[in-house]
Amino acid sequence: MLKVEKLKKSFAGADGPVPVLRGVDLSLEAGHTLALTGDSGSGKSTLLHLIGGLDTADSGHILLDGTDITTMDDRARAKLRRNSIGVIFQQFNLIPSLDLAANIAFQARLAGTYDADWTDELTRRLGLADHRTKYPEQLSGGQQQRVAIGRTLAARPRLVLADEPTGNLDETSGAEVLSLMLDLVGDTGAALLVVTHSRDLASKMERQLHLRQGVIER
Amino acid sequence: MIRAGLHALLSHWWRHPFQLVTLMLGLATATALWSGVQAINAEARASYDRAARTLAGSERDILVARDGGDITLDTFVALRRAGWQVSPLIEGRVDTDAGPLNVIGIDLFTLPMDDLPEGIGTFGGSPDFVAGDGQLLVSPATQRRLADAAGLPPRVSLADMPDAVAYTDIGVAQRLLQRETFDRLVIAAPPALNAPPLSQVAPTLARRAARSGNDIARLTDSFHLNLTAFGLLSFAVGLFIVRGAIGLAFEQRRGVFRTLRALGLPARLLLGLLVAELLVLALVAGALGVALGYVIATLLLPDVAATLRGLYGAEVDGALSLRPIWWATGLAIAVLGTAVAAAGSLWKVAHLPLFAPAQPRAWARASDRAMRLQAMASAGLLAVAALLGWVGGGLVAGFVLLGALLVGAALALPMFLSVTLAAFARLSKGPLAQWFWADTRQQLPGLSLALMALLLALAANIGVGTMVNSFRATFTGWLDQRLASELYVTAPSEADAADLRAWLDPRVDAILPIRSVDATLGGAPGEIFGIADHPTYTDNWPLIEAGPDVRDRVASGEAVLINEQLARRETLWPGDTIALPGWTEATIAGVYSDYGNPTGQAMVGLSRFDALFPEAPDLRYGLRVSGDTDALARDLQAAFPGAQVTDQAAIKRLSLDVFERTFTVTAALNVLTLSVAALAILTSLLTLATMRQPQLAPVWALGLTRARLGQLELLRALLLAALTFVAALPVGLALAWVLLAVINVEAFGWRLPMQLFPRDWLWLAALSLLAAGFAALLPAIRLSRLPPNELLKVFAHER
Ligand SMILES: Nc1ncnc2c1ncn2[C@@H]1O[C@H](COP(=O)(O)OP(=O)(O)OP(=O)(O)O)[C@@H](O)[C@H]1O
Ligand SMILES: [Mg+2]
Repeated sequence: MLKVEKLKKSFAGADGPVPVLRGVDLSLEAGHTLALTGDSGSGKSTLLHLIGGLDTADSGHILLDGTDITTMDDRARAKLRRNSIGVIFQQFNLIPSLDLAANIAFQARLAGTYDADWTDELTRRLGLADHRTKYPEQLSGGQQQRVAIGRTLAARPRLVLADEPTGNLDETSGAEVLSLMLDLVGDTGAALLVVTHSRDLASKMERQLHLRQGVIER
Repeated sequence: MIRAGLHALLSHWWRHPFQLVTLMLGLATATALWSGVQAINAEARASYDRAARTLAGSERDILVARDGGDITLDTFVALRRAGWQVSPLIEGRVDTDAGPLNVIGIDLFTLPMDDLPEGIGTFGGSPDFVAGDGQLLVSPATQRRLADAAGLPPRVSLADMPDAVAYTDIGVAQRLLQRETFDRLVIAAPPALNAPPLSQVAPTLARRAARSGNDIARLTDSFHLNLTAFGLLSFAVGLFIVRGAIGLAFEQRRGVFRTLRALGLPARLLLGLLVAELLVLALVAGALGVALGYVIATLLLPDVAATLRGLYGAEVDGALSLRPIWWATGLAIAVLGTAVAAAGSLWKVAHLPLFAPAQPRAWARASDRAMRLQAMASAGLLAVAALLGWVGGGLVAGFVLLGALLVGAALALPMFLSVTLAAFARLSKGPLAQWFWADTRQQLPGLSLALMALLLALAANIGVGTMVNSFRATFTGWLDQRLASELYVTAPSEADAADLRAWLDPRVDAILPIRSVDATLGGAPGEIFGIADHPTYTDNWPLIEAGPDVRDRVASGEAVLINEQLARRETLWPGDTIALPGWTEATIAGVYSDYGNPTGQAMVGLSRFDALFPEAPDLRYGLRVSGDTDALARDLQAAFPGAQVTDQAAIKRLSLDVFERTFTVTAALNVLTLSVAALAILTSLLTLATMRQPQLAPVWALGLTRARLGQLELLRALLLAALTFVAALPVGLALAWVLLAVINVEAFGWRLPMQLFPRDWLWLAALSLLAAGFAALLPAIRLSRLPPNELLKVFAHER
């Protein structure tokens, strides 16, 4: 369902453009999981942002169910983010002015796929049922990440992208949050792409890819 | 260490030049509005002082001819011989090559020196003043103007002289004016004990009470008080900007402060450096503000001068002189304002814990607490205002009420907005709407200062606008009633008056005599008028309180009418009695409104008036004309060149012109305060913009375009402005009520009915939306063009 072809991206540096992605190719089938590893600065986040429709590539193609998203305009990409893709960042995922319940329901309601029972179940299984009226700043880091996962899955996107979702958590709660995420993603049938530094976490995915110097290492 | 510390502190401004500009701009505009208004006031007062000195002898009783004519030398000599301490005075206009010159002839030997402008005594004492051609004492400006004028005695300039006036010896003045008589005799001292009464020595003369110099002072004081209040308000609005800018600059430099302290900079030194920095900023911005204020004052002064002249007959020169005292007060107020605005921030720095954990939400939580405190203070102030409105009396209480009302309302605004937004959030359905309301509510702490400024500006606008418009509506209606006669004519003498009446009789519908005498009413100088029993009066008279059968009882001489000022001052209402000369218990039948007149007045039926004051001159008439008024006025003037003919339309035009001028001044001040408020919103939004990225980035990532976010930002500003306007409306109306029903009654003695002008509100609402929209446009555009990278940084771990 996801196919990335010859994707290139560079950033403006002091002495002209600095290439970050030099032609990335990868694919991911529906319902499957993929881990993306690589050194710091290798371009993992950049790749994730491009796939998520958050930034624009210089060249190459990103096909989502056959549709090329690299040619989309701002508005179409926004619609894509709303309806088809869920992104979980390392931190600061939540909307500070909304409470936990509103945060979890936000994307689903925005996409028009809100299902009260499913959202309730998610809230419970993520262990957040007692905190529904709390605001993000009143939650711990682990709780915040669980809210972000709940929010993404409540909308039932076809593709879930996670950029070091547990990078800010200690090892135990990181593992806990990740296995919970894997379970829930499995229930929704979405495809999952996780960026991580940890070999441990990567090994829990069906496939692993390594990004080095802007290309996928075979 | 000092240098290093200073460098670290000041580098902030280098990296955030916009904040520096904001701070300076806020302080400069605040100072400008304040010092501009003060300059106008000071200039006007200086003008009155000069003017007061030109009215030689205006503070003493004078003798004038009963028929309004001249006083002969014989009469003067007879009075002096009889022991009356009188001094002759003559006044007139001389047309010179260099324009008209008002010549005032005085007799230095009999006129008390303290009535004259300073310095005349010494110059007047010189033999040249009376000998030969004499001398003209003029202001330096007039002397320059008259430099080449022929046919005038030598000029001597004195600094304190008013312009376009020349003092000279009475003999010289008589020669210049080609007259041998006097205009009036000033009573320089009480007459000798054995002096015979005036009616015996000079029966043709009447004694007129001193024109109390306080009237103008009191009336104009009120006007200036209003202006001062306005200036203070503008200053307060400006301070909101300064407070915001300083707060932000300190907040952002907290890390630097902490590092400096950790590196060993003593807290006291740090504080000293910050105070010094603020002092320099305040002085520079203050100087800028004073200069700007001078420009504002120069632009507004001509209109203010015209207003004062028309409204109160007070003369103000249309020119402004830059006084050193302004620089001093302007800079002082700028420094003081900065101190007030910075006090909280400085206190925080002084109590800064050396090692504190990062508290991202601490600011918001502190502002929650601040909001609760504000709400309490506001409730207290509004209670004080209500109490004063209920029981307070006096001008000072009125102004305290005004201040408590405005500050209380401003402090209540964040609470009001917060509650309203929460209600909207509860009512809203969609996720985006819910987020919009919640997020708007979250912006309140950062925006509330600017919104308070907007509230004050709008409330002042509505309040002053309502007052001025109510005044205008009432006043024009009142003018129509009071000036019901088409023409007014004053005959030069009794003999002419008889001819005049005979001439007019076949030509007009009615001749309504207007006769008056000066008298003491309720212990203060006032006037008594005789009015004819004619529908012109009885149908149109603007009575604000009336007993039964007003018309018949006044016409038959049973009862009198008094004006509102007198009624309020002495608490006399229909049914009460008042003492008139020769009529100790005159029953009051009604009270009429009498705007623009500082003194008490009573009206008596003409027959009764005749019986009471047979000697009152019968020179002035109101004429009811049904035909061509202009033609009649021309014929009348041709037949009686000495008569003074005024038509009603001209008087109305003059009065209304005054209002237009007043409007110009208030409108200009309104626009100025509103723009300052808009500036406050703009600067707050721009400074908030960076803090907003973490709040907006998640929403963007979840599927909103940046353009949409920009639109929502704009909408948010418009919404907050609209809500602030809604809050400002009742505050403005309350302000108008205080101005009309409290301040006006205390200052002028009349109460104006309050009228509402919804069309003005619409206009103002549109204007405030425009101001907010304008202020929000730049931040919104910047947001919609923000590179995605910037938003993505929010989620990256380098943050
Ligand atoms: N907005 C930007 N402007 C300039 N350079 C950028 C920008 N964003 C990323 N880069 C550069 O692109 C390269 C890849 O960044 P990216 O964030 O994708 O790395 P990463 O693999 O996610 O690293 P990490 O594991 O540390 O998160 C880095 O060298 C980074 O400095
Ligand atoms: Mg990364």
